Amino acid sequence: MERDDLIVNDSYSVAANHDEEHGKQIRKKIYFVTVLLSVITTAEVLLGVYIKQGTTWWTAVKMGFIIMTLVKAFYIVAVFMHLGDERKSLRYVIILPYAVFIIYLLFIGITESNYLNDVWRQFRP
Amino acid sequence: MAGQASQAIDKTELWSGGQSPFSVSYGKMMMWFFLVSDALTFSGLLVAYGYARHAYTAQWPIGEQVFHAMPFLHGHFPLLYVALMTFILIISSVTMVLAVEAGHRMDEKGVIKWLGLTIVGGFFFLGSQAWEWSHFIHGTPGYIVTPNNAQYYLVEEIPHGMTAADVEGFALIQGKGTENETTISGQQALDIYESHVQHVQGANLIINEYGPPQYGNFFFFITGFHGFHVFSGVIINIIIWSGVIRGVYRRRGHYEMIEKTGLYWHFVDLVWVFVFTFFYLI
Repeated sequence: MERDDLIVNDSYSVAANHDEEHGKQIRKKIYFVTVLLSVITTAEVLLGVYIKQGTTWWTAVKMGFIIMTLVKAFYIVAVFMHLGDERKSLRYVIILPYAVFIIYLLFIGITESNYLNDVWRQFRP
Repeated sequence: MAGQASQAIDKTELWSGGQSPFSVSYGKMMMWFFLVSDALTFSGLLVAYGYARHAYTAQWPIGEQVFHAMPFLHGHFPLLYVALMTFILIISSVTMVLAVEAGHRMDEKGVIKWLGLTIVGGFFFLGSQAWEWSHFIHGTPGYIVTPNNAQYYLVEEIPHGMTAADVEGFALIQGKGTENETTISGQQALDIYESHVQHVQGANLIINEYGPPQYGNFFFFITGFHGFHVFSGVIINIIIWSGVIRGVYRRRGHYEMIEKTGLYWHFVDLVWVFVFTFFYLI
């Protein structure tokens, strides 16, 4: 069978090329995301070092860690992996099945481990 | 960069063949599908880790108390080394996306430069991870277990080929980390040491000095699986880099191959962002 998918039909790949001016805009965006990722990582490390686990602020910091991680993940996927520039149908085909499954897995993991934690507390004080 | 993804296409023609409904090439779409399946694998591992972490809250060790060493330096640097590894990977991700951008401008020199730097960053990360594994496996002086199941931490390591009696000022710590932490020294410490049935030091797959056995197992499996991805990413980048130097993609008229390996490389960085938060910080 003739392969028309790799090199022969490369109109999509060629269409991704851009000129110098467009490239400048893209590089600006890349540098912005670089600074953002570095700042968030620094904030995470400082919070991790100075706020001890189990103190008053810990729960809030923990939630902050999760939010900051999701922000970083969003920028990596949307800008570095260009998913933000793809067609809407592709975006949803990638994100939706994954999100649905992972939300379910997280729910079941947290519920079950909560239960196990209670059992441990009761029988091994 | 957006390419045909931003062009209007006739909706009636969309699903009748001849053009991709997603406006991406076959190779790029398959790379995305692979990444989704790989992301599910890593999520499974991290959720399993979170499950164990949450179920055994009391016994589980805290990241900043386990990872606080720096190569060539003595002292206490909580999380700093892991932060350094994170920066290395973020920067190599940036050089990769710059290589992709240069490829879209058919700038061969730019691709060679940025992809080369990405490979260097990948090697730096792998080296850092090897050092961290070595440190995790060798550990601190560790603790001994006596026949009545009490734990005593060693203050200093007993050098190879020597016995506890040879160490000047040999001492043990009882009840480490609790309110009644006491240091035992002299003959009493030596007697306790002589009676020990087990010396737990560093980590292996059966036992580790940091916490429950699962902690060591998850460390080795999650960071090892991620490190394996980095390693294959570096190998793939080197292969593609040699292709760029040989002019394969210049003749082809587009550098989409850089974009595809870039997707994989960014994914590796993405996974590390999650490992960093859930393994080291929380």
